[in-house]
Amino acid sequence: MKRAALLALALAVLVAPAILPWDFYVNIATQVLIAAIFALSLNLLVGYGGLISLGHGAFLGASAYAVIFLTTRAGMAQLPAAACAVVFATFLAALFGPIALRASGLGFLMITLALGQIMWGVAYRWVEVTGGDNGLSGFTRPQPFGLDLSSPHAFYVLALLVFGCSFAFIALLVHSPFGAGLRGVRDQPRRLRALGFDTWLIRYAAFVIAAFWAAVAGVLWAYYNQFVSPHVLSLTNSAEVLLMVIAGGAGTLFGPVAGAVIVVLLKNVASAYVTRWMMLLGIVFVVIVVFMPEGLVPGLARLRRRSTGGVARPRTEGA
Amino acid sequence: MRFWLVQSLNGLALGGLLFLLSSGFSLIFGLMRVANLTHGAYFMLGAYVGLSVLEAGHGFFAAVVAGALAIAVLGGIIERVLLRRLAGRTLAQVLVTLGIAFIISDSTLLVWSGDPMPLPVPAALQGGVRAFGVFFPKYRLAVVIIAVVAAVLLLLLLERTRIGAMIRAGVDDMDMARALGIPVPRLFTAVFCLGAALAGMGGVLGGPILSVYPGLDMDMLPLALIVLILGGAGSIGGAFAASMVIGFLYTFGQVLFPSLAYVILFLPMVVAIALKPKGLFSADAA
Repeated sequence: MKRAALLALALAVLVAPAILPWDFYVNIATQVLIAAIFALSLNLLVGYGGLISLGHGAFLGASAYAVIFLTTRAGMAQLPAAACAVVFATFLAALFGPIALRASGLGFLMITLALGQIMWGVAYRWVEVTGGDNGLSGFTRPQPFGLDLSSPHAFYVLALLVFGCSFAFIALLVHSPFGAGLRGVRDQPRRLRALGFDTWLIRYAAFVIAAFWAAVAGVLWAYYNQFVSPHVLSLTNSAEVLLMVIAGGAGTLFGPVAGAVIVVLLKNVASAYVTRWMMLLGIVFVVIVVFMPEGLVPGLARLRRRSTGGVARPRTEGA
Repeated sequence: MRFWLVQSLNGLALGGLLFLLSSGFSLIFGLMRVANLTHGAYFMLGAYVGLSVLEAGHGFFAAVVAGALAIAVLGGIIERVLLRRLAGRTLAQVLVTLGIAFIISDSTLLVWSGDPMPLPVPAALQGGVRAFGVFFPKYRLAVVIIAVVAAVLLLLLLERTRIGAMIRAGVDDMDMARALGIPVPRLFTAVFCLGAALAGMGGVLGGPILSVYPGLDMDMLPLALIVLILGGAGSIGGAFAASMVIGFLYTFGQVLFPSLAYVILFLPMVVAIALKPKGLFSADAA
């Protein structure tokens, strides 16, 4: 009963922006969805694979750069350009994977950070292709089947559809034997190797799949912003998405979505009052890691278990 | 020929700065297993502190000392207050250092504004030396000499003193060191302060060459990471050799292929990662 009510509420929240008249809020909802796809993809690595990446922005950025470059500079049509961009970023992950996965734990984190910074350096310095600090602009949203995606509402619906696909895909993947294998690699790599699993291959596949969805988010990101600059490849961007995963709850399906809501809202609300987003991001990072390391969704679940198991609290939902 | 000589000196000077930055980074990682992502920010903040000391009318030597001391104190506080609280949770520690790096980065923007500011070359080291028909800037030579001296002192500290023996014991086998009664927590703080001080000093010394600007921290951090991967954790000799290699590659890369200098850094990293037989951060087999 309660589950059905929650589901209905969630659906209502998802559909509402498509109908509501306020463009500003619709755009924020779109940003949340794109960030959520990005965070869901990283959660495959961080939450289920136990591989903390600080270079995941590289794949979103590579695909955003590629789709804008291909349409505005190389004169490609929208749909093939989007497909090529996703393929390009996924291919990049296939190349980076063997390097990053020489290590796990801290080593993986540091190598992905270095790789991400190298991508940033390329975008910043290779002016002929990337436009350097000025980035690439002059990009317009596509108009598939005569639909005008330049309206915030139509674009929100597109983002919602893609989000639905990514969520369903990742939910299925996590509950598939592959997902079980991935969690096994995280918790008991030795035991899994002894059972005859190729732990490296499982990690590698997760790395490439995560990059694929980050690339999909990157295409949407490019459509939404219609502009790309090296900032998308900066460490701040990779750290932001990692914060979404950790703040929401790594290794849960809804955690990254909740994290995306929190971080995007915080960023938009905060930027209306203070210009110091980076400082706020740093402070939130420190506070979450020190005081709420498990994340919001598991933290709330624990609170609820405690409140239903022990003394009934008057306002459990408000927690 | 002249081009190669001059650029070689530039490469050596950058390598020297990288050594000051990454020797501490490597020691901290080797001993404490903390990947201190604040290290780039220490370098930048050190340079800014040095700049302010210079602007207040003090000498360059005072600026270097102030930069090193300020960052050592800051590093000590961060280690005592935050990192210690998270002892044993390496990933949480990394994320906290990343958060602090953002906070420092944004604070410097607030205090020193966004314009790139070169630190003036100290009067005694202005001009250059003529050798082999080439004009070598004195200041860069001095940086190389300082880095070599620092490397020798660090090696002596590690190899010839009691504290050094304790640090080496901690790097090799933390549990055993603890069991033998080595005061590991105090050692951690000392090494963290030392590493931070070296980075701060590197920042001030790098000021006249690189100048100081927002984003310097994130420019330097990946270089320190690559030096660590190449040189091995906790190895001063490894850090020195790797710093020089990266300093050379980056300098020549920037001159010869300015748009792809960052990609060139990628190559030694890939080679090192592919070739290292025993774990990525082991000090043996460079």
